[in-house]
Amino acid sequence: MTFSPELEARFEKLLASYPEDRRRSAVVPMLLYAQDEVGSVTPELIQEVARRTGITPLQVDEVVSYYSMLRRKPLGKHHIQICTNVSCLLLGGAGLWEHACRKLGISHQQVTPDGQFSLEEVECIGACSWAPALQVNYDFHHQMTPEKLDQLIENLRKLPGSRL
Amino acid sequence: MLYNEPSPLEVKVLTKRFGLPNSSSIDTYLATGGYQALRKALQMTPEQVLEELKTSNLRGRGGAGFPTGMKWSFVPRGSGKPKYIVANADESEPGTCKDRLLIENDPHQLLEGMLIAARVVDAHRGYVYVRGEYRYLIDILDRAIAEARDRGYLGQNILGTGFDFEAATHTGAGAYECGEESALLESLEGRRGIPRIRPPFPAVAGLYQSPTVLNNVESFCAVPAIVAGGGSAFAALGTPKNGGTRLFCLSGHVNRPGVYELPMGFNLLRMIEEVGGGIPGGRKLKAVIPGGSSCPVLKAAECDLAMDFDTLAKAGSMLGSGGVIVMDEGTCMVQVMLRIMRFYAHESCGWCIPCREGTLWLRKILARLHAGGGVPDDIPLLGELAMSMLGRTFCPLGDAAALPMLSFVGKFRDEFEAHLGGPCPFQRDDRLVAV
Repeated sequence: MTFSPELEARFEKLLASYPEDRRRSAVVPMLLYAQDEVGSVTPELIQEVARRTGITPLQVDEVVSYYSMLRRKPLGKHHIQICTNVSCLLLGGAGLWEHACRKLGISHQQVTPDGQFSLEEVECIGACSWAPALQVNYDFHHQMTPEKLDQLIENLRKLPGSRL
Repeated sequence: MLYNEPSPLEVKVLTKRFGLPNSSSIDTYLATGGYQALRKALQMTPEQVLEELKTSNLRGRGGAGFPTGMKWSFVPRGSGKPKYIVANADESEPGTCKDRLLIENDPHQLLEGMLIAARVVDAHRGYVYVRGEYRYLIDILDRAIAEARDRGYLGQNILGTGFDFEAATHTGAGAYECGEESALLESLEGRRGIPRIRPPFPAVAGLYQSPTVLNNVESFCAVPAIVAGGGSAFAALGTPKNGGTRLFCLSGHVNRPGVYELPMGFNLLRMIEEVGGGIPGGRKLKAVIPGGSSCPVLKAAECDLAMDFDTLAKAGSMLGSGGVIVMDEGTCMVQVMLRIMRFYAHESCGWCIPCREGTLWLRKILARLHAGGGVPDDIPLLGELAMSMLGRTFCPLGDAAALPMLSFVGKFRDEFEAHLGGPCPFQRDDRLVAV
């Protein structure tokens, strides 16, 4: 598999950060960084990561099935992750989640037909003091309301560009 | 950047650079006393540094509250194996959002703390394990590491003393369990995050089965201040055996939620009233989860206490990771407990049966009760199931689910009974929607 020069540079730096006989350590970061570029963890990517880290594809597969951010199917260009854990729940996180489902016409881990948006109800994302919070891909949005979410979705619709 | 206004009651030791222009850059760090503690530590013997740490009464900020100096002293310095430093930035305990700020605003403080640890135990490699969702922090840390290397604070022959240390970032990919130290090490080795049996503890057999100092981000961040200002000055900020300040993450029903650095032992009611500005709408306090979702809940009448490890333990709860979740009188405790149990059922790694099955069944019973389909026997069953999980798992996740369960059903039994055979009596306004 070929990756962008930036990702190759990242991999090189990553592998150099572990002792030489411990390349396996790079499995999770490599999968996540590659997923951000490729869009999902494909069988081909599993083979490639196995080759680069010196373990079997089955061992990589085992890892993929454990981590909730590693996904075998592509998400929407804008992956909206809404926290409904306690701190967010107390300030309307569950209502925000329901609003998002209605607004986009999709539910947990589903993608809109145009591939623009996907939704996920997530566990605590570390924004408890600025609840309710959500992430779009890796960007945090704090103190959300249904109105602010509508505005955010409208702004995202107008954005060109890649998934990240 | 800052996400909430600071409070005049704060005592800024670890957060003193928060809000400065370019607070994450090495120039700002150096201009405000940064890396002076490392210079000092390089002139001291490891024993002298350890002595300062022990005097400081710094206790682990990840939740367990174990004395940091003692933890470091368990590393066998004569071991022929390489040694490692690992910072736990897998912050995922519901209610906790402080390590994120420490890295975002002052990454060099963390690196300096790790460097001092490395100097003490003679380690030459360290990792910051950052939860996958905190991707932007990886970029901030990578930049800080590059800056520190350029200026001679990382790499070979640091500051001309012959001491070598390399640091790197490592991302997780979504797993609460990886915040548990042994599961974190498994994950860092490229495997599923499943806990290891202990002993041996990481200090003896950690990363790659080598001696490892593994601490929470905030614990490492306290080290430069302790070395620079002396252990006794840090200790004096807190209460006996609970040195220094800590970052409290105030969330839930308060007028001014936010992350605030306060002395250990700060009174909880004062924190809610004076730091957090009280409860919105003039409503009354019902309960507080004092240190993240794993900690037993406190009823309002129990909240007039000092927020330190020992006082909280005496009150039957825990100081935990500093996540203070405030709930007003309109909060449904069954709903909150259900949401907490959904979390643990989702995050249980499945390795130990009492945790895997226990969290699942507790979630199902709680969901049934909250929806009005419970039977009277469900209420004692919640307690029995939770009791059968306690102490029967490799890692603390099983206890972390069972302890709040026991406290919620024990202290708010009337609310659980009020849910029998009817809809939730707390559907009071638009802010609380059924899970």
